[in-house]
Amino acid sequence: MYVTDKILPELPAPSNSKGVVHWLKSNLFSSPVNIVFTFLGLLLLYKTLPPIIQWAFIDATWVADTREECLGEGKGACWAYIGNRFGQVMYGFYPPAEYWRPNIAGILLIALTIPLFIEKMPRKVWLGAFILLVFPFIAYYLIHGGFLGLSEVGTDKWGGLMLTLIISLVGIAAALPLGIILALGRRSEMPIIKSVCVIFIEFWRGVPLISVLFMASVMLPLFLPEGSSFDKLARAMIGIILFQAAYVAEVVRGGLQAIPKGQYEAAVAMGLSYWKSMTLIILPQALKLVIPGLVNTFIALFKDTTLVLIIGLFDLLAIIENVLGSDSSWLGFFTEGLVFAAFVFWIFCFAMSRYSMALERKLDTGHRN
Amino acid sequence: MSEANTQAQHDYAIRMINLNKWYGDFHVLKDINLDVTQGERIVICGPSGSGKSTVIRCINHLEEHQKGQIIVNGEEITGDVKQLERLRTDVGMCFQHFNLFPHLSILDNLTLAPIWVRKIPKAEAEATAMKYLERVKIPDQASKYPGQLSGGQQQRVAIARSLCMNPKIMLFDEPTSALDPEMISEVLDVMIELANEGGMTMLCVTHEMGFAKQVADRVIFMDAGQIIEENTPNEFFNNPQSERTQLFLSQIIAH
Ligand SMILES: Nc1ncnc2c1ncn2[C@@H]1O[C@H](COP(=O)(O)OP(=O)(O)OP(=O)(O)O)[C@@H](O)[C@H]1O
Ligand SMILES: [Mg+2]
Repeated sequence: MYVTDKILPELPAPSNSKGVVHWLKSNLFSSPVNIVFTFLGLLLLYKTLPPIIQWAFIDATWVADTREECLGEGKGACWAYIGNRFGQVMYGFYPPAEYWRPNIAGILLIALTIPLFIEKMPRKVWLGAFILLVFPFIAYYLIHGGFLGLSEVGTDKWGGLMLTLIISLVGIAAALPLGIILALGRRSEMPIIKSVCVIFIEFWRGVPLISVLFMASVMLPLFLPEGSSFDKLARAMIGIILFQAAYVAEVVRGGLQAIPKGQYEAAVAMGLSYWKSMTLIILPQALKLVIPGLVNTFIALFKDTTLVLIIGLFDLLAIIENVLGSDSSWLGFFTEGLVFAAFVFWIFCFAMSRYSMALERKLDTGHRN
Repeated sequence: MSEANTQAQHDYAIRMINLNKWYGDFHVLKDINLDVTQGERIVICGPSGSGKSTVIRCINHLEEHQKGQIIVNGEEITGDVKQLERLRTDVGMCFQHFNLFPHLSILDNLTLAPIWVRKIPKAEAEATAMKYLERVKIPDQASKYPGQLSGGQQQRVAIARSLCMNPKIMLFDEPTSALDPEMISEVLDVMIELANEGGMTMLCVTHEMGFAKQVADRVIFMDAGQIIEENTPNEFFNNPQSERTQLFLSQIIAH
């Protein structure tokens, strides 16, 4: 028999960190095979890293006015070339005197968005609605102009990183709600709504984005009445939105399917309507579940914007590849241009992915199904 | 019984008249006739698959019936969306698996329907919610999330959530059968208290015979989609009439 009156005291949890040596030993040198791979890895790093650093940083030319200053023995990357053409990289063929207009639009967007991230900010819903429904018109007025005292800058002059961001932001902001509606429609019990959504989704998922863009730019005008001109960027944007909405819809549908039926039953059993049950109960949970999938789709969209090149729009990559690349006074620095473009794309995609991870952590309410 | 039959229509909380339901070809409810007067407390029991859940889910139209009538608070259920939304505000339901909303805090779980359906101001809804959380003895959990509560606590929150809508009728579908034994009594205590207060019509699917004996006005025994026997708890447990009931009771008591 065993009896005790003594209740043991609560102790702090043992610390996990056992020092650098222990970490090295258990992660890098735990077995002969591991040791071999560790040394192979180190060798690879030793062979590749120093030359890259040498080229990109140590031997690089950061400021220069002409191509010649970048050339010569022992010269590395010519970043001066990007710096000299920075305006085009950022804005395409937008008139330099008007750069302030997209700048203001961008700053305004950032200023409006920041309060959304403040925890206790009241009226967030209204601010969000303002950003989604009103801000686009303000931004359009600023960037496009053409009335109320601002000179018109046609979309054919838009380009560079600005165009990439405009297409991506509009694409994400429009494809998400459309995709959610399609996902709900696909799960509808009404046969007509359901089949319309299924056909829509399957059609857009079945065609490559390139052909969507091509159709939007070449074929759509054939169906429009003679003489009516419909902005090329707008056509491309509609194509991208419909295309991405189909992907978003399937991601969201995955999330909807993972929510137990009891959640919907509990909601409607209290008298909530279908739409209230969806927006208050089902979608918040379903969207939280599919954050990784959604961000994946958005990252793909961001990178797919580069395809607008084929219909004659000059996004960041197209500017670097086609405009700067054929500039005779700065010939021969193609690599720098591509590395720079890759770096910019990576920054944005990485930021999106980090944000999604932070969002997942923030929304975690300790529920495990 | 004969007295109940002469009562005016509006004294019935629920009337089921020749209710029939099929799942595809499977005839799950057969000619169910049941009148429940206002404030009556009814326990429904029966073997698994006998259609107990289906019956009470038909009352708030979570399941659709194909034949017969269901009249709730004097209004026949037609399946009309607007009518349903109105009707469901007066009919609370507790589920076997609680079905709390995991993304909302306990307080938000309780205030959601009052705010969005009854359009009650937030502060008032929160005050009501706290009142009911106190009644189910967990006001200190208000700011937690459902995932952080034990099963018994979650079911008590679910009961409080229904009560916040101030329903005339409460439906319980095996509220304790997903709980560990030591948590069953804390939920039953809340339900007994609710029943003893009176005023609210309660239909409860449960195998807790102690609860039935203590609070039920009538016990309904179902098998194979039919009501087999219906009686006062005393008669039902001490003097069961049908063979199926006797068998069922002997099995329950045996285990
Ligand atoms: N959605 C459905 N589709 C087809 N059959 C169903 C469906 N839901 C329930 N059934 C069947 O209907 C019958 C009655 O189900 P119900 O859930 O009402 O039983 P129950 O008496 O509540 O049983 P339990 O005690 O196991 O909860 C069962 O045989 C079940 O298999
Ligand atoms: Mg059941």
